[in-house]
Amino acid sequence: MLVINCPWCGPRDMEEFTYVGDGTLKRPEIGSEETDQKAWYEYTYIRDNPRGPHLEVWHHAAGCRQHVRVKRDTLTHEIHGCWPASGEMADTTEGETK
Amino acid sequence: MTRYSVFSVLKGGLTGQKNWTRAWRDPEPKKSYEAIIIGGGGHGLATAFYLAKNHGMTDIAVIEKGYLGSGNVGRNTTIVRSNYMLYDNAHFYEKSMELWEQLSHELNYNVMFSQRGILNLGHSDAQMDGMARRGNAMRLNGIDAELLTREEALKYVPMADRSENARFPIYGGLMQPRGGTARHDAVAWGFARAANNLGVDLLQHCEALDFVVEDNKIKGVVTSRGTIMADKIGLAVAGSTTTLTDKLGLKMPIETHLLQAMVSEPLKPWFDGVVTFGAGHFYLSQSDKGGLVFGGDLDGYNSYAQRGNLPMVNHVAQSGVALVPAIGRVRLLRHWAGVMDMSMDGSPIISKTPIEGLYLNAGWCYGGFKATPGSGWCFAETIANDAPDWRNQGMTLDRFERGHIIDEKGAGPIPGAH
Repeated sequence: MLVINCPWCGPRDMEEFTYVGDGTLKRPEIGSEETDQKAWYEYTYIRDNPRGPHLEVWHHAAGCRQHVRVKRDTLTHEIHGCWPASGEMADTTEGETK
Repeated sequence: MTRYSVFSVLKGGLTGQKNWTRAWRDPEPKKSYEAIIIGGGGHGLATAFYLAKNHGMTDIAVIEKGYLGSGNVGRNTTIVRSNYMLYDNAHFYEKSMELWEQLSHELNYNVMFSQRGILNLGHSDAQMDGMARRGNAMRLNGIDAELLTREEALKYVPMADRSENARFPIYGGLMQPRGGTARHDAVAWGFARAANNLGVDLLQHCEALDFVVEDNKIKGVVTSRGTIMADKIGLAVAGSTTTLTDKLGLKMPIETHLLQAMVSEPLKPWFDGVVTFGAGHFYLSQSDKGGLVFGGDLDGYNSYAQRGNLPMVNHVAQSGVALVPAIGRVRLLRHWAGVMDMSMDGSPIISKTPIEGLYLNAGWCYGGFKATPGSGWCFAETIANDAPDWRNQGMTLDRFERGHIIDEKGAGPIPGAH
């Protein structure tokens, strides 16, 4: 059972959340030079899929409905920290919850 | 090696079972091979077998990190079917089904393939329309499919909830009579033994650590038992694909997820088919030992843990009780998990790669077991000829970039949704 420390609600059971996916993806800017096919292909289909710490996004669907960025180990399921999905993130290497 | 037959069984019975020999050798790695298959699971062993049998390539090795069949081939729910709608999937899985039908004879090993049929239930008019469409597509591709009425479906699953109170009343279902189950471990063992008998070296406890690549050509693999050279290397390590492709600098359209399976305490013979619930993800069969074998959805998040979480066990149990209330009285014996290569369109990859001589067999999502013989056949074809068989020519690695995805469910590029 995962307990996700929602930055707005505090520690909550994983069942309140929906998994969104890889939190490191950057959507190509529309109108910029990045809108070539390759950038969109990589954004849509290519994943790092690490075996270890993984930065990901969960949606607090049955709670405050905010998106939460979570650093979780895909091998041990240990959660290293939780942050708001938007805005600046704390140094994720510290593993401290903000 | 002993050839298994009724006579060898009788001889064993009369001579104190002293006539049995090892099922396969335990050789030392050679310095080089014509080809190496990484991954000693169902697909890797099947590939080695068909390379030796169909293409005469016997100077090959299968390298395996643990013991043979220690991954998903020994963790699945043993269901075999070919009820796919899209062209690229349909012909591939149907080839696999044809191989299943002869597999025990082909391998001289009883894989206990039982064509007990598989029934997908429908719980609304819209779902029945969708099933009619899928069934028609299957029949046009030469695959058996029968649309069943409610009465016919209930005859096949007599213990399903047929009461007025059923949360999701059964409207009917789509049946593939040739579908069924097989003994999963026996499939790995059978392929291993048959490949070994054709001269294939099966190297266990031999972990692939890195690769030798020169001028974008594969030259060998660095293993925990030394560097082994080969000009052709096939990767069949679903679940850990990206761990190895990372070492080659190849990025994959794959996420690794965990899927759980469960088995109940053994019961007397009670259900002789395979049924899937249409209103939730749940499927049920009964093993020859009597345990009810069932499973459901992915846990939903990236994981390499081979260990599941309780919310999904709860969810699967709820779906199961909604379909067959009687199993509420049955105790769960074990539940376990395996790691799935979830591809971005829900379909597998059997393909050449940007590196010459490196071939990829990956992205099986949770449908790898039924594909075992077909996957081995087509992957062997791809490796031996350096070109795909017509049945796997759509299952390329570059299909995502070209936009030719094979998305059976129309779920989009969300691995957890397939």
